[in-house]
Amino acid sequence: MATIELDSTPRLRRGVRLTYDKTRETHVLLFPEGVLVPNDTAAAVLQLCDGAATVAEITAELGHKYEGVRVADVQAVLTRLAERRVVQWT
Amino acid sequence: MDVTAQPPLGMLAELTHRCPLHCPYCSNPIELVTRDNEMSTDEWLSVIEQARELGVLQVHMSGGEPLARNDLPVLVGRAADLGCYVNLVTSGLGLTEQRLADLVDRGLAHVQLSVQGADAEMANRIAGVKAHNHKLTAARAVKKLDMPLTVNVVLHRANHHQVADLIALAEDMGADRLELANTQYYGWGLRNRSALMPTARQLAEAEPIVRAATERLRDTMQIVYVVADYYEPYPKPCMYGWGSRQLTVTPNGDVLPCPAASSITTLKLDNVRSRTLADIWYHSEAFNSYRGEDWMPDPCRGCARKGIDFGGCRCQAFLLTGDAGATDPVCSKSPDRGLIDTILAGTPSEPPELVMRKNTIKVV
Repeated sequence: MATIELDSTPRLRRGVRLTYDKTRETHVLLFPEGVLVPNDTAAAVLQLCDGAATVAEITAELGHKYEGVRVADVQAVLTRLAERRVVQWT
Repeated sequence: MDVTAQPPLGMLAELTHRCPLHCPYCSNPIELVTRDNEMSTDEWLSVIEQARELGVLQVHMSGGEPLARNDLPVLVGRAADLGCYVNLVTSGLGLTEQRLADLVDRGLAHVQLSVQGADAEMANRIAGVKAHNHKLTAARAVKKLDMPLTVNVVLHRANHHQVADLIALAEDMGADRLELANTQYYGWGLRNRSALMPTARQLAEAEPIVRAATERLRDTMQIVYVVADYYEPYPKPCMYGWGSRQLTVTPNGDVLPCPAASSITTLKLDNVRSRTLADIWYHSEAFNSYRGEDWMPDPCRGCARKGIDFGGCRCQAFLLTGDAGATDPVCSKSPDRGLIDTILAGTPSEPPELVMRKNTIKVV
């Protein structure tokens, strides 16, 4: 997959769902054959990955809620999630 | 036993053992549950609710053929409404676009379609019925509704040489994932082991083909390839540990720590008709017998790999050594590894006839 750019629009891969599990009190990523528990940072990013928002916009949006959000950090999180086959982008 | 069990993540719901196919590698037990003994809709709804309450996030609707149950839409809908990821594990027979659309409306997340061979001749021979064209139709319906699709192929001696064509077929079907998994030797698969066990040469020929395709299709179709574990030096991490992540509920309500666990005749199984799912998960003898590491014998006990493979498969240990608490004999460190080597050395030059799975009830 191409490296993630400022204007890339990430979304969850087909078949992957993000949901909140009240039993474990955490966000979970559900796949055909497994479950992943994203850390708080990853969960915050994933909630904004709607296939329309760009990385720049996602970074700006996160900046409203958290201090010191850098675009490089968002790119790093998304790259890691892509390696785990959670997200893809165009 | 002092083990802190975590809530389960997944439930394999074997809604029925009825199936239109007769695959000789079927992992269902030889003694199939008859229709009379299947749980009712209300009983399954209760199981699904209990499972979600317990922490289950993934429900695999399986069987047999889950579409053989007319109440499948209701069960899918309830599991999805409760927030579960619902996966349909199907032969594809009976999966019309209309039926699928209804399941999708009710929240179905994913379809897992079995394929028996790369062409109709092979596929129909292994399935024991003319099933192949129905599968092509089912795959088209899945893609038309833009649903994620996993194609699931059980590999064995009769079809192992078809891996390249099977990969091409899965690509044609538009699969997001392809599982190429060698037969697991339980139930009907164990009965047919000498006919199904691939040869070392077949494995050697398939490996570079699968490796190249995995790389080529990295971004479009994930390939999961599982070699026959008898050929491996270490056992599979069966269930990621006994009573650790997943449970299976059989058509009559028995609750199993592993889909093949009814083969362990020394294991006392509990049933959701007489005990709650949570009580079975946390407190039953069956689930606690091999949970954690306290049960482990040598060489597992002192082995650095015990956190990787958890001692391997309890069912395989029982079926081959008579002791479900033994190290999986597949392991090269197991004192029983000789059993596996003897079986592999005895792989016949010409495979015997396959014994097809006999169904107790005909499914239209």
